[in-house]
Amino acid sequence: MPAFDLSTTSIRALNEALHGTGEPLKDRRFEVRNPRGSHAVAVGCRDQITVAVHGPVGYYCGGMNAAATITVHGSAGPGVGENMMSGSIVVEGDASQYAGATGRGGLLVIKGNAASRCGISMKGIDIVVGGSVGHMSAFMGQSGHLVVLGDAGDALGDSLYEAQLFVRGKVKSLGADCIEKEMRGKHHATLEQLLSKAGMRGADPSQFRRYGSARKLYTFNIDNADAY
Amino acid sequence: MTYHNPPTPPRKSATFDDAALAEIRRAAATGIYDIRGGGTKRKVPHFDDLLFLGASMSRYPLEGYRERCDTAVTLGTRFAKKPIELKIPVTIAGMSFGALSGPAKEALGRGATLAGTSTTTGDGGMTNEERGHSELLVYQYLPSRYGMNPTDLRRADAIEVVVGQGAKPGGGGMLLGQKISDRVAEMRTLPKGIDQRSACRHPDWTGPDDLEIKILELREITDWEKPIYIKVGGARPYYDTALAVKAGADVVVLDGMQGGTAASQDVFIEHVGQPTLACIRPAVQALQDLGMHRKVQLVVSGGIRSGADVAKALALGADAVSVGTAALVAIGDNDPRWESEYNALGTTAGAYDDWHEGKDPAGITTQDPALAARLDPIAASRRLANYLKVITLEAQTIARACGHNHLHNLEPEDLVALTIEAAAMARVPLAGTDWIPGHKGL
Repeated sequence: MPAFDLSTTSIRALNEALHGTGEPLKDRRFEVRNPRGSHAVAVGCRDQITVAVHGPVGYYCGGMNAAATITVHGSAGPGVGENMMSGSIVVEGDASQYAGATGRGGLLVIKGNAASRCGISMKGIDIVVGGSVGHMSAFMGQSGHLVVLGDAGDALGDSLYEAQLFVRGKVKSLGADCIEKEMRGKHHATLEQLLSKAGMRGADPSQFRRYGSARKLYTFNIDNADAY
Repeated sequence: MTYHNPPTPPRKSATFDDAALAEIRRAAATGIYDIRGGGTKRKVPHFDDLLFLGASMSRYPLEGYRERCDTAVTLGTRFAKKPIELKIPVTIAGMSFGALSGPAKEALGRGATLAGTSTTTGDGGMTNEERGHSELLVYQYLPSRYGMNPTDLRRADAIEVVVGQGAKPGGGGMLLGQKISDRVAEMRTLPKGIDQRSACRHPDWTGPDDLEIKILELREITDWEKPIYIKVGGARPYYDTALAVKAGADVVVLDGMQGGTAASQDVFIEHVGQPTLACIRPAVQALQDLGMHRKVQLVVSGGIRSGADVAKALALGADAVSVGTAALVAIGDNDPRWESEYNALGTTAGAYDDWHEGKDPAGITTQDPALAARLDPIAASRRLANYLKVITLEAQTIARACGHNHLHNLEPEDLVALTIEAAAMARVPLAGTDWIPGHKGL
């Protein structure tokens, strides 16, 4: 298994190898050591490869991931898994702001907590957070699922479109046009599947509440102006 | 004694003029701000307020048609492995599929390709048709990230990170329900028919320090091949340009307030941002202060109509210009041939700006299949190519007359201003004087 020590190897060399840019991919499993908060670790992966990162990463780890399975054995900086298309990213520690921002597919699992704006503008990604999420999470979420086993901060789901949110703990406040919705059988099944895929098997779906869009802001109405 | 008020002609208020009164009534009747397309309609100091001096005793001109005056420009020479080579210094500005019809986007791509220049996507992602018909395609990276994906990022020829737009610096995108067709909705992952208001800030970075890291990510994803542009609205051009350079831009795109929009609030279009003329010199100054003029290229847009405008923008220090509204007019927007239909919509050719309603008689700013079919993309592309070539030839004509063998050799010393305002903004002397208002040392 090729190993990249980022204390002696550049990010460029790592990503070039993961993309198969210099020479075609021969290996499917990669290890990254000493990331030391480096930015743009394992971004733009497009093959079914496995990348294990040992240590904390900086901004945008796994950005625009397609097909790869990336595990961060540490914490992640802002924008982990931003705009990911498919594959999976698992962060064993905590994640900073914008985790999974604009993600269009795949599964992002954060075993610790995620900071503010987790899942901002999400477009189909599934995000499962073992701990809590900060304020403005799922802001303008268009599609996909955000599952939070802990608590959610202020303004959850502000200006939400059709993303579905499941929170087990407390929600400090809901954002504009986000409301609690009934948890029906199909939602229970969806949640159960997401928890299973994320390896959160101890969590009971019946303990979660579901939140979605009230759809009052879909068409402009001056009488809703105080919501903007 | 009875006083008889002598008859006087009715006098309307200069403050509460007809337009102001009409807007008050419109707001009261509808309960919504006025939304429209296009750029500012108010008169602002512009390139018309500048004149070229031409050659004279101290400078000799070049022969038209015999002595070369080159027009090629390369964008993205700072970091990108594959800079963009343009035959002419006029590009097509970003306009989305969604705001524009499929045939209109096709016409822009084909026309730009015929003229040897690039076209640009918009706030709605890249369509296969657009990619296929554009030899050089710039892919916009916008706050909404509608349709954003790494495959399109890699098949683009350049990436334009949009921070702002001249028509609405600080504002987000807007596409009203009438234009959210099935295909547009699918591309943007939105429900059909909603009023879509996209974000004004990027979701995963804030400020130039973050943007530097974002650009690193984009370069890593695309293996450092693509030139990365940063587009800013005409707000604080000196600092915006300097910070764009600091963030790692290959190219800065600077869009003044005459730059168009598919749909924005009229109050935003008319009251936020600076005229294009006021933006160029501060941006060039920033590049010069950093030793980056001509190393980081500057593309100027907002109100470019003619070869004279192109030549003036380049003389003030731009490397290229970008046209949006003019390109739409070239392919048929606001054409008098549709006058009766414009009248039916309560307007007239030349004034039609309800681009957000999707009822464009010319079939350009619409998603209505029947209207869109009115535009023949092949014929329209020829018109666009003609227009682009004509304004390039016009700019060459002026450059030769000033004695320059490349459009980039035009310089501020070739210009004078007709008004004090234009002299101050363009930092060239008022005609007949050596006075540059506001210029340090004078």
